[in-house]
Amino acid sequence: MSEGIYLDNNATTMVAPEVVEEMLPFFSEQFGNPSSMHQFGDKVGRALKKARKQVQSLLGAEHDSEIIFTSCGTESDSTAILSALKAQPERREIITTVVEHPAVLSLCEYLEKEGYSVHYLKVDKKGRLDMQAYQRLLSDNVAIVSVMWANNETGTLFPVEEMAELARSAGVMFHTDAVQAVGKVPINLKETNIDMLSLSGHKLHAPKGVGVLYLRRGVRFRPLLRGGHQERGRRAGTENAASIIGLGKACEMAEEALELEKTVVRAMRDRLEQGLLEQVSHCFVTGDPGNRLPNTCNIAFEYIEGEAILLLLNKMSIAASSGSACTSGSLEPSHVMRAMDIPFTAAHGSVRFSFSRYNSMEEVDRVIEAVPPIVEQLRKLSPYWANGGPVEEPEKAFAPTYA
Amino acid sequence: MWDYSEKVKEHFFEPRNAGAVENANAVGDVGSLSCGDALRLTLKVDPENDTIIDAGFQTFGCGSAIASSSALTEIIKGMHIDKALNVSNQDIADYLDGLPPEKMHCSVMGREALQAAVANYRGEEWSDDHEEGALVCKCFAIDEVLIEETVRANSLHTVEEVTNYTKAGGGCSACHEGIEEILARVLAEKGESFDPNAVAAELKKPSSGLTNLQRIRRIEELLEEIRPNLQRDHGDVELVEVDGKYIYVNMTGACAGCQMAATTLGGIQQHLAEGLGEFIQVLPHEELARRAAGV
Repeated sequence: MSEGIYLDNNATTMVAPEVVEEMLPFFSEQFGNPSSMHQFGDKVGRALKKARKQVQSLLGAEHDSEIIFTSCGTESDSTAILSALKAQPERREIITTVVEHPAVLSLCEYLEKEGYSVHYLKVDKKGRLDMQAYQRLLSDNVAIVSVMWANNETGTLFPVEEMAELARSAGVMFHTDAVQAVGKVPINLKETNIDMLSLSGHKLHAPKGVGVLYLRRGVRFRPLLRGGHQERGRRAGTENAASIIGLGKACEMAEEALELEKTVVRAMRDRLEQGLLEQVSHCFVTGDPGNRLPNTCNIAFEYIEGEAILLLLNKMSIAASSGSACTSGSLEPSHVMRAMDIPFTAAHGSVRFSFSRYNSMEEVDRVIEAVPPIVEQLRKLSPYWANGGPVEEPEKAFAPTYA
Repeated sequence: MWDYSEKVKEHFFEPRNAGAVENANAVGDVGSLSCGDALRLTLKVDPENDTIIDAGFQTFGCGSAIASSSALTEIIKGMHIDKALNVSNQDIADYLDGLPPEKMHCSVMGREALQAAVANYRGEEWSDDHEEGALVCKCFAIDEVLIEETVRANSLHTVEEVTNYTKAGGGCSACHEGIEEILARVLAEKGESFDPNAVAAELKKPSSGLTNLQRIRRIEELLEEIRPNLQRDHGDVELVEVDGKYIYVNMTGACAGCQMAATTLGGIQQHLAEGLGEFIQVLPHEELARRAAGV
C-alpha cells in the first residue's frame, strides 16, 4: 500500500487491482441490461453467471442458484430474518446473540416492538456462547436462529456449524452473518446445515454496495424487494452488474489466498500482538485468542481512551479502529466489550487491528514501534495513571461525580 | 471521522497545562466512566485575592475531551474565581472554534469540573445539577432527557409540538421514530397513549382585522418571542420589509450562512403564521433585492 498503514480491514478493504480490472468494461462497452434479449444484455448475463459460480465455489454451495446477489451484508441479514418471519407466521420467536452486528441487533430490537420475542444469547468474558442455554431455547416457536460466524470486533468464532445442526434437529431455520468470516476461514456450506448466510463484498477486496444472501435450496423464502424477476424473483431490481462481477473475481482470489490467511496474515497478526503485549504494560487481548479469525487482534489499553489513541495513530498514518463510545458518538462503549464484562477503564481503550494479505511485516514492525509512546503520552494525561503505573485502587482514588 | 476544528486538533496534539498542579488547593473530579469521559481539574488559587494562579488537568477521554480540558485551563488561568464561574461550556466550545454536536458534552464536563473545583476550594459540596441523556436529535444536539422533561412539563402530544418546543426533529427527520417513542413512554405515565395521527394543539389566534401598523407591530412581537432561541445559538433576526403576505427578514450572527438557515426560516414562518392567524411567507432579505430588480 502506498500511503499509510491500513490495519482496519474488518471495516472495509482495498478493492484488489485485479478486481477493478475485471469490472471496468462493465462501466463502458458492456453496459447492457442482463435481462435483455439482445447481444448487449447477453454478454453481461453471461458474466453474472460466471460471478455466481465464483461465489458458489468460495462458499462451497451445492447449487449456483443458491446465491442471491444483494446490495450489502445488511440487506442480506434483513432479508433472511424477515423472510423467516413472513414464511412462518405462527412462529414468533428469534434466537440471536448479544454481540451481533447492528445489522442484526437493531432489526431484532425493532421486531421486539412489533411484538416478536427475541432471545439474546449471552457470552462469557472471552466472548464464548453457552451452548446449553442455546439448546434450551430451541422450540417450535422459533422462526429463525441468527448467529454471526465471526465477531467483527474481536474476531471470535462461533460454532455455527454445530449450532446449525442443533437447529436443524429442532426443525428451526438457521442463518449466519458471515460477513467477517468469508474469505478468512474455509467454508463449505454443502457439508453444513446452515440455511442462510450473509456476506459483504467490500470485506474481501470487492467494492462496496454488493452483498450475497446464500439460500439453501428448499428453504422457505419471502423476498424483501418485489418488483422484478431478477435473482429468480428473490431480489428484484436491476443487477449491480459491475460490482457483482467484481465480487465474483474477489471470491475467486479469496479462495486462492485462503492458505495465506492461515499462514502469512496470521503471522503478521501474531507478531503485532506479541510485540505490543511485550512493550506496553496494562493491556490485554479481548475475545477468545485461541479461537478467532487469523487477521484480527483486539487489544484493550487500560486507563486511556480509544479515540485519542486513534487520532494519534492517524497522525502517524496508521489506521485502526476502537470500541470506545467516543468514536461512535454514543454514550456507551461497544456492546461487544460490555457483553464480555470488560471494565469501562479498559473497554474505552480497546483498539482493533485487522489485517489483510496486502499488509507486510515491515508495517507490523512500524506499528509496534509507534504504539508504546502513544499509550505513554495519553497515560500521562490520565487521572487513573501516576508515576509510571495505575494509581492504587484506581476506582477509589479517582471517583468522579457522575454527570 | 469527526470534523474537528484546527483549534481542537491543536489542543489535542499539544495540550496545555496537562498534569496535576503542585500544591493545588482546589480539585474538581467530574465525568462518567461509562461514557468514557472523566476529568480531574486541579487549581492553585491565591487565597489573598481569589485569583487562579495555575490550572492543570488530567483527562481520561477522547480528542475533544482532552482539547476541552486544555482550553478550559487556558481560559481560566489568571481569572478571579467569580469570573471563572461565569465561563460557560459554550465559551469553551467557542474558544476551540466549535465542537461537533455529539461532542458538546465534553465542554459541559469542563465547566462542571470548574464548578466542582471552586466548590472544593470554598469548602462547599458540589452536586451535579443536570442529567445528560443519549443524543436524540443530532441536527440540533438535543438529548433524551431534555425532550422527556419538555414533553412532561408542557403536556406535548406530537412530534411537531416537540419540534416547536425543543427544535428536536426539525432537521433531517431521522429522530422522529425516537421522539415518538419518548412521547409514547411519557404519555403512558399519565395513562394516555400516543396517537400518531394527532394534530399539534392549536395556538391562540389573535383577533383578525389588524391595521397595517398593528400587523407590523404584531410581527415584531412574534419575532421577539423567538429571538432568545436564536440568540442562544449566537444568531439573530431582523425584520426588513412587509409586503402583503411576504415578510422579508435578515438573518444575522451565527444564523447568517448557517447550514440550517432554511430550517430556521421555516420555523420563523410557522411561528409568524400561527401568531398572525394568516398564511404568510417568510423570505430572506436578499430575495427583496432580487424581486425589486425584477429577476
